Amino acid sequence: MVNLAKTLVVVSLTVLLSACDFKLFDPKGPIAEGQMDLLIISALVMLIVVIPVTIMGVWFPIRYRKNNTKQEYKPDWEHSNVIEAIVWTIPILIIIALGIITYTTSYSMDPRKPIESDKEPMVVQVVAMDWKWLFIYPEHEIATVNEMAIPVDRPIEFLVTSDTVMNSFFIPRLGSQIYAMSGMENRVHLMASEEGTYEGLSANYSGFGFSGMRFKAIATSEVGFDEWVKKVKSSANPLDEATLKQLRVKSRDVKPIHYSSVNPLLFSEIIEQYAGALDGQ
Amino acid sequence: MASNYTLVTDPHPLYGKLTLDSFPYHDPVLVTTFAAVVIGSIGILGAITYFGKWKYLWKEWFTTVDHKKIGIMYIITSLIMLIRGFSDALLMRSQQAMAVASESGAGYLPPEHYDQIFTAHGVIMIFFVAMPFIVGLMNIIVPLQIGARDVAFPFLNSLSFWLFVVGALLINVSLFVGEFAATGWLAYPPLSGVDYSPWVGVDYWLWSLQISGIGTLLTGVNFVVTILRMRAPGMTLMKMPVFTWTSFCANGLIVVAFPILTVTLTLLTLDRYMGTHFFTSDMGGNQMMYVNLIWAWGHPEVYILILPAFGIFSEITATFSRKRLFGYTSLIWATVVIMLLSFVVWLHHFFTMGAGASVNAFFGIATMVIAIPTGVKLFNWLFTMYKGRVEYTSPMWWTVAFFLTFSIGGMTGVMLAIPAANYVLHNSLFLVAHFHNVIIGGALFGYFAGLTYWFPKATGFKLDETLGKWACGFWTVGFFLAFMPLYVLGFMGMTRRLNYYDNPVWNDWLMVAGLGAVIILFGILTQFYQIFASIRDHKKNRDLTGDPWDARTLEWTTSSPPPFYNFAKIPHVRDRDHFHDLKKYGLAHKRPESYERIHMPKNTWAGIVISGFSLVMGFAMVWHIWWMAIAGTLGMLVSWIVYAFERKKDYYVEVAEIEAIEEKRYGKLKKGQELERTGQQPGKDGAADDAVAISI
Repeated sequence: MVNLAKTLVVVSLTVLLSACDFKLFDPKGPIAEGQMDLLIISALVMLIVVIPVTIMGVWFPIRYRKNNTKQEYKPDWEHSNVIEAIVWTIPILIIIALGIITYTTSYSMDPRKPIESDKEPMVVQVVAMDWKWLFIYPEHEIATVNEMAIPVDRPIEFLVTSDTVMNSFFIPRLGSQIYAMSGMENRVHLMASEEGTYEGLSANYSGFGFSGMRFKAIATSEVGFDEWVKKVKSSANPLDEATLKQLRVKSRDVKPIHYSSVNPLLFSEIIEQYAGALDGQ
Repeated sequence: MASNYTLVTDPHPLYGKLTLDSFPYHDPVLVTTFAAVVIGSIGILGAITYFGKWKYLWKEWFTTVDHKKIGIMYIITSLIMLIRGFSDALLMRSQQAMAVASESGAGYLPPEHYDQIFTAHGVIMIFFVAMPFIVGLMNIIVPLQIGARDVAFPFLNSLSFWLFVVGALLINVSLFVGEFAATGWLAYPPLSGVDYSPWVGVDYWLWSLQISGIGTLLTGVNFVVTILRMRAPGMTLMKMPVFTWTSFCANGLIVVAFPILTVTLTLLTLDRYMGTHFFTSDMGGNQMMYVNLIWAWGHPEVYILILPAFGIFSEITATFSRKRLFGYTSLIWATVVIMLLSFVVWLHHFFTMGAGASVNAFFGIATMVIAIPTGVKLFNWLFTMYKGRVEYTSPMWWTVAFFLTFSIGGMTGVMLAIPAANYVLHNSLFLVAHFHNVIIGGALFGYFAGLTYWFPKATGFKLDETLGKWACGFWTVGFFLAFMPLYVLGFMGMTRRLNYYDNPVWNDWLMVAGLGAVIILFGILTQFYQIFASIRDHKKNRDLTGDPWDARTLEWTTSSPPPFYNFAKIPHVRDRDHFHDLKKYGLAHKRPESYERIHMPKNTWAGIVISGFSLVMGFAMVWHIWWMAIAGTLGMLVSWIVYAFERKKDYYVEVAEIEAIEEKRYGKLKKGQELERTGQQPGKDGAADDAVAISI
């Protein structure tokens, strides 16, 4: 039933507009897929209340309009145990159902929870800067700005922090976003199940350059990923102290940059410079 | 504008951070607006002087402690601020409708300007449109509904109002002197901290909210005490009209929630002014603390806005269905449950901050639980219409518009409440559509319904019905066109607060949204014309009986507008629908055999003067003009002390005066009842006194 409805919704949306514009209904990874299901299920369940309310909201005032004296008029009728029981019970049942879904998915789709897979997860470190994204690949000792690549079907553990104000790291087609906050490491596990280049962005307003904080997320095969790493390595552009200092200067609409090498401890150093993280613990 | 003027790091002892640069004389748009405002103000001030109305304004309005007049002033201010807030909305809609580009600079508003506009839009619409609108309605109606002669603390009420006005003034001053915050309406640090926003915009935000927030807090205390202590004899809690009940819950929320805002703003102020590190990103500061605190206030705040609107719909549905409200008791309990739950859901505003699954699940489920009592309320209103005789007046139009829009907002709210789904919806245009859906479709439509419903009570004449229905039509159609596309755009992955974007498909939907905003503009224009036309034709629309809608509750027993003492005799209440009960048994409008003198509070200069000094203090603090800030603070303290030593704060209205007023009232009533019997329009006989002169 739910599947049928889901198919109907997706198909009708596809017909309405090319579906690929609806990023949340065109997921490219297991997390985003689960989230699409959730959106559809919760909307359908809520319609159990919304549809009768809408119908009654139109029908009652028409049926019981002033001039329609044929209808029964009970000016002092103000209570009915049956109706009270129904109008309390139905919302309660709906919320119990949705509450169970909420509870289970809060755990099963917790961004911190590693995605089950026979492949080892890969770590990508993400730093929000003014106003661009820095990606560090500690395994490969490379870094990039506003472009990142991941192999398809391999779980990715994104470690997210900020070198500036609060941002939110978000690739709509892959699912869950997570806040990037200075002095803190946040985590989100995502996985791409289809090759392609997906749009990534900051979902949390962070100042004048915010609208340009977009990046390309390239999901590619293992081979394609290795080639991408090679390409980055061959850029002969190390992310050294001087380059980093330059990168920290505010800039907008930054084109992708490749760094052939990076200090593998850079991510934790960026976190630690906000001493509060240490003092606060 | 943030980037245009030089940053003053070392304030001048005399002028603080103010320099010639602070005035945006190089921005033609602002200069024109400023010129218009100056010319307009000179025109208004000149007219007041020419007609010699200063004394009248000062005596009858500025120093008044009459809850009805204070309420009217709240609503006037709210409508003026609506123009400002809606202009911001139009600017945003038109910017987004034209800003398809891959690089900054598209459209006509650069981010430095645009980001101030969306910040100002949110702040103004919540704090300076919605809040004063509902506080104004509560002021006018609650004392009348409970049979009181004024609120419990009339002077505090006047002070609350003027402090709120100061907040509104400060935010408007920021348009022409300096700049406003460009941080989003809740100014999350570290962005709002002094490192990332060193300009005065955030300071304007802080002081304007701090000063008006104190005013709101005082209002909350005032109304809680008024409702608990000043009800007419016989009116037990479970006989209170629903609007009073919901106002009581809203004010209870104010009393508990607003201190959190006060403290949060104070801590951020200390961070910015004194170099403390409560919310900075280093030195032990914690930005997450701010986000928690601000939403611990912010979530109850939305219920402060919506609960009284629920009350309004309850009154209107019962009145125009000509029937008792269905399920009063369960409605009241639903309200109380919502009030309590609204304090344990704040985290749903930031599931994506990364709290664990258990925390998120708790707050998600708590949020959904609120949908239960809210759903019950909807059904109660629907069953109030069931087997009634529904009359399609314009307040009823707004109510039906509410049924149709609000349930969609409830549905999307529950979707947002599921943490796992929230991870893709958060901060998207879906979220923006959702909260506009509930605030416009829920709260604002309720306020408009309430304004139309109680307008004759406050002024003595009705608003034009036809224009009211047109306005409702424009608003409803405009609402669907403006916000349904935003839901769609949310599914397309568009986030909020974007200055430009490179996806041409989004543009089509944003064009539709822009069109919706224009239709809403027609709605607003219709409403202003409605008010103008109704004042012009007030003789025709006059309410002589005090009960133009054949309504049910206590406020309709007195004349429209009520005498300044509201009730010559405090009524005894037997029934929930007090007035309906009286009419049913032929006891309505019974003339008492004798009157007693009435104890009333005196007008006072103190509210407006203390607030005036708070404006000086606030402006000085924004610009770091320390001597002036000290002067303003001292001014506040001294005037308060002087007021405290005043002995004559009250007086008695003598029986002769009451008799004269009541004599006139019964004359009017008789004429009104006669006209009603013969089915004539009140304007036709050209009789009686001028209804615009609202309660002497």
